[in-house]
Amino acid sequence: MAKLELPTEKWTARVKEVKLGGGGRRTVAIGGASAPPFLKPEGSFPNPPRIAVEIRDDRALSFPQVLRSAWGDAVKSPETWARQAAKLNPDLLVLRLISAHPDRGNTGAAEAKAAVEQVLSAVDLPLIVIGPEVPEKDNEVLAAASEVARGQRIGLGNCVAENYRTIAACCISDGHVAIAKTPLDINLAKQLNSLLNDLGLPLESIIADPDTGALGYGLEYGYTIIERLRLGALMGDPALATPIIAHAGMETWRHKETRVSEAPPSWGDLKERAIGWETLTAFTLIQAGADIVVMCHPRAIELVKASISKLIGDSSSN
Amino acid sequence: MPLTGVEIYKLLPKTNCRKCGFPTCLAFAMKLAAGQVELSACPELSPEARKALEDALRPTMRLVSIGKGEKKIDIGGETVMFRHEKAFLHPPGILIRIKDTSPLEEARRVVKEVAGYGVKRAGVNFALNGFALQNESGSPADFLKLVEMAAETELPLVLISSKLENLKMAAEKIAEFRPALYAATKENKDYMLSLAKDFDCPLVVRSSENLEELAELAEEAGKAGVEDLILDPGRRSLIDSLLDLTYIRRLAVRRGYRPLGFPVISFPGEGASSPEEEMILAGQHIIKYSSLIVLDNFLPSLVYPLLILRLNIYTDPQIPLSVEEGVYKIGNPDEKSPVLLCSNWALTYLLLSSAVEAANIPAFLCVKRIEEADVLCWCHHCLRGLQPGSLNPDEVGQFVKRCGIEEMVRHRKLIIPGRATRFKAELGQALPDWEIIVGPEDETRVEVSLPEFARRLG
Repeated sequence: MAKLELPTEKWTARVKEVKLGGGGRRTVAIGGASAPPFLKPEGSFPNPPRIAVEIRDDRALSFPQVLRSAWGDAVKSPETWARQAAKLNPDLLVLRLISAHPDRGNTGAAEAKAAVEQVLSAVDLPLIVIGPEVPEKDNEVLAAASEVARGQRIGLGNCVAENYRTIAACCISDGHVAIAKTPLDINLAKQLNSLLNDLGLPLESIIADPDTGALGYGLEYGYTIIERLRLGALMGDPALATPIIAHAGMETWRHKETRVSEAPPSWGDLKERAIGWETLTAFTLIQAGADIVVMCHPRAIELVKASISKLIGDSSSN
Repeated sequence: MPLTGVEIYKLLPKTNCRKCGFPTCLAFAMKLAAGQVELSACPELSPEARKALEDALRPTMRLVSIGKGEKKIDIGGETVMFRHEKAFLHPPGILIRIKDTSPLEEARRVVKEVAGYGVKRAGVNFALNGFALQNESGSPADFLKLVEMAAETELPLVLISSKLENLKMAAEKIAEFRPALYAATKENKDYMLSLAKDFDCPLVVRSSENLEELAELAEEAGKAGVEDLILDPGRRSLIDSLLDLTYIRRLAVRRGYRPLGFPVISFPGEGASSPEEEMILAGQHIIKYSSLIVLDNFLPSLVYPLLILRLNIYTDPQIPLSVEEGVYKIGNPDEKSPVLLCSNWALTYLLLSSAVEAANIPAFLCVKRIEEADVLCWCHHCLRGLQPGSLNPDEVGQFVKRCGIEEMVRHRKLIIPGRATRFKAELGQALPDWEIIVGPEDETRVEVSLPEFARRLG
């Protein structure tokens, strides 16, 4: 039998590399892959998939019990929470300003500014700040975050169809990166990248959040859109070539599987199940091509981190 | 290589007779190439052309059945690398491995638990598929006891032994159930091939060397008349199995390479040092190209997410899942509990029911079948909420009246999603007895708003 040739494939383009941090803050590079996830014989991966720990400014009131017990007292302020999160040695932090949500306290620019300042001074990790996902509130709190973090190149999100001009202006004037979020639609993702680009924000200052559901709640949509975005980028479409962020944690911890302790025996132990749920959600999205997964539970973070190390470590040749 | 539409067209009658339902032979050829129509739709094919096309269109990855009767599983037969190209067709079997070194009573308990295991979700039950039974002890008697006991479940089995005589004895005993035999290697292939042929059982071929050796083994099996093969590329780590399984799938579906055109078996537990790591490896195997996954740990808390991952990845991207129309109870609602109206799109139903459950408020969901753009969608991803869409208020009104909710609650307050505000007046006219209440924008805000609403009802 003739020698079997391994079916490696050729890719023509590379994902953009986006840098966060600087101005005295630790830096991290995101993206840059020139092949589908972990297929090392087909390209290079200057940066492994990054893990961001999500912290909030609401003393974890919006977190379910399993997460609250994992973080304990650390959640009492963004500052203490950030310090605790840094101990997990993540690549970056995500601060979600959830208290600005009309249902969750409706706080404003002043509170946002204070929370961001606390986190910036508590740890030197690169930072992404996410608003409450209500566009007009996002504009208010993100503008405040942008100002206090000027020159430290943080990520600002969500930058969506309704507010992209405002967020792009902040990013351009203060040197930040836009987290461009679109609702589970590859064409909308592409379009928002182009709109931001047209306003003068370079692709190197955009990270795409194409949205996803958690395992069992629409994960397949997020999985496939991320996979298609990544393949499109590698095949040479520059408007798809932004690195991708996926909120595996937030989506996971919404659901009954991570919240309900009185469940049928076939669901198993709540804590184990919930950690498994977040782990599999995040790991699946990484396999699709996510460059940053944002996660909440320390144990799930540890598990996904170890798996990434194994995937990027040396492999014996076939 | 799969045939292109033009290549197929050359073999068709080119009469444009339209009997296939397409205006031209070329149009039919294109549909055939895309796998969207059956060859048999063309009644005018010459026998030679039919034979040639059947051979060429035969899927390059074989579909292999394990087990017998209702519980048998069909694995493999995949045609694409990525689910968005068409769909993944045959969900991988997930099996639990039991070794004959564990006491028979303990094994019996596990078998019973696994066989009875199921999670119900949106009205569908998700279960494990069977067992891999391993002759770890080397004793023929212990192996046989385990095999006979597990065979009583009639679930598909993989029989594993390095003692070929023991494997033969067990296979002979339960051959009618068509267990898969593990495994033919370079060293034992003659014996194993005749075993699989004599008992007509699917056979696993394994090479820990490389894919070339695996392909050679598979080709030899084919020549010996053993066609139902399952491949074990042998390497167990996350990265090695990702590369091996990716290459096997590409060779089969992209390059039309038939020696490796078979489903793959994987053993995540052998590459893991904890049950959690095993779950992660198994997750990778579900996403990336395993057709038969053997777990060493049976922990409901980790099996449940894996079963749901399999469901998600093997959902046809062209056909969104839906649930049955009707009234669904969340918790134990009573005559004072809130009533929410939503569409029957599965994602909306799952998100809304999960949010109501998380709010810890018993409630009724009136789930209405919706054909067009979904204006009764509650999902925070806003997939369909963005579309203009329309709603037939009379149809919704009739549904509410006949679905039985009017006998279940005393009040007449119906919550609709915030994005459907524009239909409030029309719905009110169609349901004069009901007060239409506009709820939150999407399901993520139900947790906060529903308790307050329920208090006012009570």
